[in-house]
Amino acid sequence: MPQPDDELIRGRQRGRARVTALLLGAFVVLLFFITIAQASRNW
Amino acid sequence: MPAIEMTEAAVLPADWRDFLALTKPRVMSLVVFTGLCGLLAAPAMPPFALGFTAILCIALGAGACGALNQWYEVELDAKMRRTAKRPLPDGRMDRQSALHFGVGLGAFSVILMGLATNWLAAGLLAVSILFYVLVYTVWLKPRTAQNIVIGGAAGAFPPLIGWVAATGRVEALPLLLFAIIFLWTPPHFWALSLFVRSDYAAAGIPMLPVVAGLDNTRRQVFLYSLPMAGAAVAPWPLGLTGPIYGVSAAILSFVFVVLAGRVLANRTTEPSAMAAEKHLFAYSVFYLFALFTALVADRWIA
Repeated sequence: MPQPDDELIRGRQRGRARVTALLLGAFVVLLFFITIAQASRNW
Repeated sequence: MPAIEMTEAAVLPADWRDFLALTKPRVMSLVVFTGLCGLLAAPAMPPFALGFTAILCIALGAGACGALNQWYEVELDAKMRRTAKRPLPDGRMDRQSALHFGVGLGAFSVILMGLATNWLAAGLLAVSILFYVLVYTVWLKPRTAQNIVIGGAAGAFPPLIGWVAATGRVEALPLLLFAIIFLWTPPHFWALSLFVRSDYAAAGIPMLPVVAGLDNTRRQVFLYSLPMAGAAVAPWPLGLTGPIYGVSAAILSFVFVVLAGRVLANRTTEPSAMAAEKHLFAYSVFYLFALFTALVADRWIA
């Protein structure tokens, strides 16, 4: 049975991991669109 | 080692919301807005993805400034009611995490800006971050009552960066937008510092009301509002904008100067009776939003 403190630490780590994963996913999508825009850039 | 680093923050990982709070999202909104307006007012529009990335980079750069400012000022923040509940002084995060986060975010924003738009915009973004952190936070803020005057330049960069991200060039209109925010910053911050001066005095920050007195500060607020109004209206007679912006700027600036005049006439020393100062502070935020909205409307409607 984990201690309440452990639970809190794991919760924090889970929250940060989720947010990091979301941000990395968003960054990959952004890079894709930047590449497309750069490739067809005539402005 | 300071006591503040020996709290539970040393073992408990900081919550992601505390990292978000470190970026000062409320300040960021004004920076993002003025940067977006600079980009939208430019004669050349980049593709959506690149424009979006430019604004994202300006936001991330502003976030880095907020994080590094809080990393450096943790002891000061702990002394002020307004800032004592921030993640670092409240012991919810260790200082090293804030430093790494701020430096990483700043470097990331500059590199991404350079790769997505152009390196002139990236260079300006880097200069604005370094200016805010090194010139304003580290050098001027703790040393001189003129901290806000020079430090205001850091907050004046976003419309210039937005414009340069879109066009790749520095031109007269974005330089005037820079001047408007540069001259707007002292009356905006001094109006605030008049009614929270006890906080600044407690923290030992030499804000103008603390070192030069209330009357002197009120005079400076009024005096700065005059060239600010001139800079705000100037793009119209110079032929850089149309009448939508010109008339809006004239009306908005007139009201600003009138409210600054009411601050000048006020003689109270009681923060609770400083209605004129509170009105000017609230109006100054609205003023900048309205002025830049009029600029974009002028460019897109006229």
